[in-house]
Amino acid sequence: MSTETRSETSEPLAFSPGAEERFQRVLGKYPNTRAALLPSLYLAQEDFGYLSVQAMEYVAERLALPPSKVLQVATFYTMYYKKPHGTHHIEVCTSVPCCMMGGYGVVRHLEGKLGIGVGETTPDGRFTLTEAECLAGCGHAPLMQINGRYHEHLTPERIDEILDGLD
Amino acid sequence: MEKILTRNWNVEGGHTLAHYRSSGGYEAFRKALGLTPEAIIDEVKLSNLRGRGGAGFPTGVKWGFLPRESDVPKYLVINADEGEPGTFKDRYIMERDPHRLLEGCLISAWALGLKATYIYIRGEMVFGAEQLEAAIEELHEAGLLGEDIQGSGLSHDIHVHRGAGAYICGEETALIESLEGKAGQPRLKPPFPAVVGVFGCPTIVNNVETIACVPTIIERGGEWFAEQGSERNGGPKLAQLSGRVKNPGTYEVPSGLNLREFIFDEAWGGGILGDGALKGVIPGGSSCPVLTPDEIDVGMDFDQLMKAGSMGGTSGVIVISEDVCIVRLAARTAHFYHHESCGQCTPCREGTGWVARILDEIEAGRGRMEDLDLLLEICDNVEGNTICPLGDAMAMPVRAFLMKYRDEFEQHIREGACPFPEW
Repeated sequence: MSTETRSETSEPLAFSPGAEERFQRVLGKYPNTRAALLPSLYLAQEDFGYLSVQAMEYVAERLALPPSKVLQVATFYTMYYKKPHGTHHIEVCTSVPCCMMGGYGVVRHLEGKLGIGVGETTPDGRFTLTEAECLAGCGHAPLMQINGRYHEHLTPERIDEILDGLD
Repeated sequence: MEKILTRNWNVEGGHTLAHYRSSGGYEAFRKALGLTPEAIIDEVKLSNLRGRGGAGFPTGVKWGFLPRESDVPKYLVINADEGEPGTFKDRYIMERDPHRLLEGCLISAWALGLKATYIYIRGEMVFGAEQLEAAIEELHEAGLLGEDIQGSGLSHDIHVHRGAGAYICGEETALIESLEGKAGQPRLKPPFPAVVGVFGCPTIVNNVETIACVPTIIERGGEWFAEQGSERNGGPKLAQLSGRVKNPGTYEVPSGLNLREFIFDEAWGGGILGDGALKGVIPGGSSCPVLTPDEIDVGMDFDQLMKAGSMGGTSGVIVISEDVCIVRLAARTAHFYHHESCGQCTPCREGTGWVARILDEIEAGRGRMEDLDLLLEICDNVEGNTICPLGDAMAMPVRAFLMKYRDEFEQHIREGACPFPEW
């Protein structure tokens, strides 16, 4: 994995100034600090690259929660990454109804193009490929998200074009 | 038909406060401030508005469960965790017309005496969350949010809270757990959220589309809204078409529209892809039992679809053509619910996976005839035996696929292979 993440350093972790400012705003939204856990985990993930044990311990400390509670939440939800992730996260919807509309064809095309299977990251750390459960775009199938942005009505040519346009 | 819910969807800048206000936006809120809370709740009851998240519970009645007096704050939670396969409507409201939802929140806040609204949006909907945050910022700048709004005495704030990839959080008590910073595992009811909801306080949980209907109900009156739908199912609504249909998409239709017309009429679906034959229709999202082609002359509302042996759900209509393998579709459905089971109740945690594995075996040509009755038995043992309806959401559609297309399952077993082409 060539992508360096702050999550892996031996230095004690701390939010960057920008993340710290957002963390303080998050705290103000809820009547207790526990409720700030989900948004704080997102902040840590963005700021440190992924949720290493160290990153989860840091969030626990900042919210005065037992680390076990943070681990429980981080592992319950699929959008928290517990291991290093590609720069571009490609998620292909294969749920009913996308499965009837070529969703698996998109997965096969991407597997061939990237040389990885579902759930894997390319050796250069650029791409992670996953299947997503319903992305609420069923009328525009087949579709995928890359880093949260929708790409709909996919064809093999369109997929190649989209991937070629990424850094 | 006059467009209400989709009026601003295809307008450049339709998501902005300036545009929303230029088309009469926030006038309903102003009008509501001149009404008593009781009068507003009465209008909502009169409108026959029913929960658009899938359950179809009358909104005004739900509001009536919230205690008038409370020593602790009361909250509104918007369920924007849209994730039922076949459902794609709330996302567009938030991306293209967020102020319709926010005005509904403000009117609800005035009617119900609410301290704050939390909009719980699916983690995957990054753009929707950004659009909402921007719209909320516009409201603060316009003095329509915060302390003593427009000198009305109402203080209210609206917060966006992103989920993190768990379908179960669309269940209202799991959503509340998640909003409190916990794993999304449903709670036993009672107590219902209206009594003990988020942060231990009385809470109303309503779907995005439901609350987006409220400004129109106040503007035009509950009676007018009720007239736009069918008996006991008020208003225009957002129906969605997906699967093997010519014109998939999200359409604003009167509640009670005929399902066959919706699929075949040129104004909507325009018929089956490739002019093939219809094999079946899932009328309200993947948890609803499939209807066969001779069962779809039915009005799309909660009562008529219930009578037809299915459910109205989210009005997410999924069209299945003759070339689709029902066994594979059933397996994919079971895998979805297995993946999304929170693991709390044994019948759901184990049953969803067991059903998915048996269906995989049948699809792979390794099924046994006795598996078919075993599948029905497992479905019976899951349904009704769990804290929340996620297990039911697997059992009901799988049972319907098996009972209505049993020949196709038997053919897979007899021939030891799937007769349909790969997806």
